[in-house]
Amino acid sequence: MRKLSGILALALIIGASATAAFAAENASAAVTREALDALKASIAVGMDTVWVLFAAFLVFFMNLGFAMVESGLARAKNTVNILAKNFIVFAIASLSFYAIGWGLMFGNGNPFMGLEGLFFVNGADTSPAIGEAYKGAYSAISWTGVPLWAKFFFQLVFAGTAATIVSGAVAERIKFSSFIFFSFILVGIMYPLTGHWIWGGGWLASLGMFDFAGSTVVHSVGGWSALAGVLLLGPRLGKYRADGSVNPIYGHNMSLVTLGGLVLWFGWFGFNPGSTMAVGDGSAIAHVAVTTNTAAAAAILSSTFMSWVIQKKPDLSMIINGALAGLVAITAPCAFVSVGSSAIIGLVAGVLVVLAVMMFDRLKIDDPVGALSVHLVNGIFGTLAVGLFAQDKITGTATGSGLFFGGGLKLLASQAIGVVAVGAFTFVLALVVWYVIRLVMGMRVSREEEIAGLDLGEHGMKAYPDFQGFLTK
Amino acid sequence: MKLIIAVVQPEKLTDVKEALAAAKVGKMTVSSVIGCGAQGGYTESYRGVTTEVNLLDKARFEIAVNDDFVKPAIEAIIKGARTGKIGDGKIFVVPLEQCIRVRTGETGSEAIG
Repeated sequence: MRKLSGILALALIIGASATAAFAAENASAAVTREALDALKASIAVGMDTVWVLFAAFLVFFMNLGFAMVESGLARAKNTVNILAKNFIVFAIASLSFYAIGWGLMFGNGNPFMGLEGLFFVNGADTSPAIGEAYKGAYSAISWTGVPLWAKFFFQLVFAGTAATIVSGAVAERIKFSSFIFFSFILVGIMYPLTGHWIWGGGWLASLGMFDFAGSTVVHSVGGWSALAGVLLLGPRLGKYRADGSVNPIYGHNMSLVTLGGLVLWFGWFGFNPGSTMAVGDGSAIAHVAVTTNTAAAAAILSSTFMSWVIQKKPDLSMIINGALAGLVAITAPCAFVSVGSSAIIGLVAGVLVVLAVMMFDRLKIDDPVGALSVHLVNGIFGTLAVGLFAQDKITGTATGSGLFFGGGLKLLASQAIGVVAVGAFTFVLALVVWYVIRLVMGMRVSREEEIAGLDLGEHGMKAYPDFQGFLTK
Repeated sequence: MKLIIAVVQPEKLTDVKEALAAAKVGKMTVSSVIGCGAQGGYTESYRGVTTEVNLLDKARFEIAVNDDFVKPAIEAIIKGARTGKIGDGKIFVVPLEQCIRVRTGETGSEAIG
């Protein structure tokens, strides 16, 4: 009893002295309008920064999803290799985007590339000042009021995503060293150049092309780079029979693929809603979260249905790829379309991904994880979907309306030009880079190594050493 | 009747299977086994320390054949599995006392064919 009253007395004393101090402060410094505004501004910057970084951390988490999906869809004998690729790729992205990528993408420059503050993010900068108040080398991204390093980190995790897309498509046959080299070029140079055109105030931005979170900037660029690599690599041994028919090569762990699919879905809530790069009144974030989720859900159902009809039974890998297809497709339009439209976009994406997987197989373009069908095909579709379904200022951005909402063909034309220009540039450049890699350092492991598995050949270790050997049927 | 047991490199499984099919030998049991022979293993590394792996992954074929198929089957296995390097494997041929087809109760050559 005495102890309790002691505590109460202590609390009273502290409370009283705190009130007294507060009163004294109030009396000495009258609260001015300016002080309140400054306080509000600093809270807003803090809120926006927390939001941008939180979203960036979610996008970073997508590395986990990609590692799980890709290793699960590969054979057991290549698990160490694909995990090593997915792990190292973010390290490559971090350094190359810091060294030059950021400057090329967001530096003030001409319509084709950034020129100011090119290396090591060393340009002048007055972030978090925005708009007219901003003075510095990175004006193109001065629309968001967060510190420079928050902008950098958020953009970095996006650049890293583009590189992980390539990893899956070239899996089970590419040399580890060649993949590392290509990733440096992709994140340091290729991705930032086309990124500058669209997000860095370049010529496609001036043309009125819109790509909210990167259906083209991130996913198509990763997809086109992967396609060039796959074409020069050729299919995995055993993928096609002597008569040319397709021989399915099963992934070794569907549980891992499923968990990875859910992780990616979760990470996309950073990818898309985070691309607001500001909290505002919260309405845009909420809108984008729901369009993103709705498209994924619709795509899962349509890909399941398509798989059920075509393959007679619903294939889990198609269901998961359906989710990813819907997410990629809604990435460009998520802030520009209604929730109803996002459902339609998702439905189409789910159908497209199933047909695309089958088409690439028939064309002898061997993509072990379906990265081309998910990221390339639906990256293109999602970008065009802005031109079809956009509703002007639905979350505040003046995009103009798309074809289905009375805007005519203007927006669709800009989107199509963007798709073609970025596609042609990235695909040709990637072909050249891959070709040089093939000439200088070689691209594909030996036949013996491919059959025995890249885990032993490239890394000298196995992912599952305690299990008896896995025979390839 | 003979039972042919062949232990070959696991990566040669497909080639051996195809060669056997070409020789009209279509029935087989294949298991994944580990074992060692003249090849002597290889080294793996883990946390910077190398380990000797001397029990290697192999594919093991069991094929029951009638006498006139022994030679073609052996030739097919060699054709599919041979690289000329140490570790290509071994083939054992043992007499087979009896063979019974579960479904029909047939025995001997009838059951194998």
